[in-house]
Amino acid sequence: MNKTTKEAIKDSLPIMAGYIALGAGFGVLASTHGVGFIYALLMSIFIYAGSMQYLTVSLLASTTSVISAIFMTIVVNIRHMVYGVAMLEKYSAIKKNKNYTIFSLTDETFSVVVSKEFSEDINKDEYYFKLSLLNQFYWIVGTIIGSLLGNVIPFDTTGIDFSMTALFICVVINQWEQTSDHLPAIGGLIISIICLLIFGSSNFLFPSIIVISIYLLILRGLRHE
Amino acid sequence: MNSYYLIIIAVVALTTIFIRFAPFIIFKNGAPKIVTDIGNMLPYAIMMMLVVYCLKNVNFFAGNHSLPEFIAVLFVILIHKLKHNVLLSIVSSTVLYMCLLHIF
Repeated sequence: MNKTTKEAIKDSLPIMAGYIALGAGFGVLASTHGVGFIYALLMSIFIYAGSMQYLTVSLLASTTSVISAIFMTIVVNIRHMVYGVAMLEKYSAIKKNKNYTIFSLTDETFSVVVSKEFSEDINKDEYYFKLSLLNQFYWIVGTIIGSLLGNVIPFDTTGIDFSMTALFICVVINQWEQTSDHLPAIGGLIISIICLLIFGSSNFLFPSIIVISIYLLILRGLRHE
Repeated sequence: MNSYYLIIIAVVALTTIFIRFAPFIIFKNGAPKIVTDIGNMLPYAIMMMLVVYCLKNVNFFAGNHSLPEFIAVLFVILIHKLKHNVLLSIVSSTVLYMCLLHIF
């Protein structure tokens, strides 16, 4: 096994537990709503976006129209466009498996690649591809476990989703230590909390992204004067 | 096969794929400097937003006053500052959180 593969596996391990658990949670939800194994699997292969898949189950159960489905997807997943902008320079330079790497840029994969620092002997294209593939593999494994054995899991898994929170907090700490410019992070935190208080927990992401973008534009403007 | 299910799944999948590819299609021939500058600052702000997103249901004034979340978040910050081992930080804080849920 080469060094790049080892590095990808090592960095994917923190995501493994969370993705298997969240994937299983999705599988269970699908099966309890009468959405069969094959549909759950198709979603985890072709949609591969956690919160949107959870929502798609309720869209299917309530026979939502195609137009509403498109609208809901845009609202829930628009943040992925921001990940693309943040990774624009790095991912545009990819030569091999670029399409899959862009397709599989989830919250968690983003959190690993966004602040990844490479040593000389790592092949970046291969690293991005293998890390993304491993993460989707865990997600699919979780989905299969959840939709096939969902109702017979023997122990209480409540709270296992904290692993995602913990992962994101670790990334924030690593980012904080990598830079001396803390204004983007502090602004992001304060704006998100204010938007959460104003718009509520189910609607605050979109306004947060807008206000954060405006804030960063102003910050940039002030520094370029 | 249920064709309604397949259509909705295909629509959600295609819309998601379109969103993920949009920045790379729009800025195919290089992005203006203002976009790359913002792109370089965004990760720090967006990761903070994702942390807030994970903790969006925390409520200090009801139920268990979100003590499990509060303690587990403090713990993960502390252990990560001390050890800088992502896997250790995640596993230990998640186990702690799951135990705390049973206590409170």
